[in-house]
Amino acid sequence: MDLLIIFVSALLINNFVLSYFLGICPFLGVSNKLSSAVSMGMAVTFVMTITAIVTWPIYHLILAPYHLEFLEIVSFILVIASLVQFVEMFIRKTSEAIYDALGIYLPLITTNCAILGFALIAVLKNYTYIETIVFGVGAGLGFTLALVIMAGIREELDFADVPESLKGPGITLLVAGILALSFMGFAGLIK
Amino acid sequence: MSTLLISIITLGVLALLFAVILAAADAKLRVEVDPKIEEIDTILPQANCGACGYPGCKNYATAIVEKGEEINKCSVGGQPVTDLIAKIMGVESAATTKVVARVHCRGTEEAAKRKGYYEGIETCRAAALVSSGDKLCDWGCLGYGDCERSCPFDAITMMPDGLPFIDEEKCTGCGICVEECPKDILELHPIDENVMIFCRSQDPPKQSRAVCKNACIACNICVRKCPTGALTMENNLVYVVAPEKFTEECYGGIDKCPTGAINFVHPEKVVRTDKQENDKA
Repeated sequence: MDLLIIFVSALLINNFVLSYFLGICPFLGVSNKLSSAVSMGMAVTFVMTITAIVTWPIYHLILAPYHLEFLEIVSFILVIASLVQFVEMFIRKTSEAIYDALGIYLPLITTNCAILGFALIAVLKNYTYIETIVFGVGAGLGFTLALVIMAGIREELDFADVPESLKGPGITLLVAGILALSFMGFAGLIK
Repeated sequence: MSTLLISIITLGVLALLFAVILAAADAKLRVEVDPKIEEIDTILPQANCGACGYPGCKNYATAIVEKGEEINKCSVGGQPVTDLIAKIMGVESAATTKVVARVHCRGTEEAAKRKGYYEGIETCRAAALVSSGDKLCDWGCLGYGDCERSCPFDAITMMPDGLPFIDEEKCTGCGICVEECPKDILELHPIDENVMIFCRSQDPPKQSRAVCKNACIACNICVRKCPTGALTMENNLVYVVAPEKFTEECYGGIDKCPTGAINFVHPEKVVRTDKQENDKA
């Protein structure tokens, strides 16, 4: 039951993009096409899950016993950077089309604060190994969800009669704001 | 001291571990890129202007190698680049026709009347928003130099008469200024095309004439003087539809144009035979 709560909470209530406002860069950058939004979301989910799997042992088995908690950020960044490098190679090998569609945002997952934020929050909340992994999957899927909803709206928006001065970033930021507002509705879901 | 040592060792070991994993992954997952793509990419001018129809030089290089795209699409590099690409690809070099941007307006300070004086942000885009500019002609060049500022090759200069001058030597035909101009005054033309309509106004003749001395007043004389069908009249404006058909027979139209809206881009390059001279006389 606890695991389910952690999962739903990361997915909806404390959605990383729409409630913590982490990872806004790809949220606005890769959300103009549904297909690339899905693959970006999947890439981030993958990186988050593996980050969860790797960072928990690093923190709890290496850093904490030797009182090296101050190395937390450095070592997490190291993990994330290597993982992204790996994902990039993997995607390039499997699908050139996805690689092109994600473009610069793929290597930028390295600096995606949602992922580092997730790793730090997981430590802060003192989750167990299983909980951390569930939290990672939930957070990743939450990110994907936000990205996909946004991409869906923006694809429709292409046909809408947007006032000249709001075209482009303006209307996108407005939509993002309203979307975040609507996600606040989930706040009472779990006590 | 021990903390320092442990931190260094810990991070060092971690980094080494990831390095080994990545190296192994690299060996397994490496994507073989055709070396030709790299080679062509280094030859291309790296202006990333998009004139070839691809987002950047690299994409164009990839398209040449993988999709067999034409090798003469880089107007920035011109013939030398095309020749080099031909060498790499082992194909016959194709001719690159250089295109340049040209100004379809002669509404100089002196020729075009003004509605009033615009005071505000000194860009064409801003001026165009205020009752579509300060010139009485709604089609003409506003003269605030958006094209000059947008040109990455320094080919455009705003002249004292209020119109941009394009240095056709420097112009690479990238089309950035064409996009930039809010009035669509600029257009890309092959450099060897010599006849042009220096006006965009589709206003009724009377109005065109009232607001600008150099406007096309749709008198149709150039179209009538040109039996080859190089010109057509549409919406009160003459268009050069087939520049290659604009032969000597048509030159009379240019001589007869009452406002000079149709003219040669480089009159000095025009060679007239005696017959034409006689006709004129």
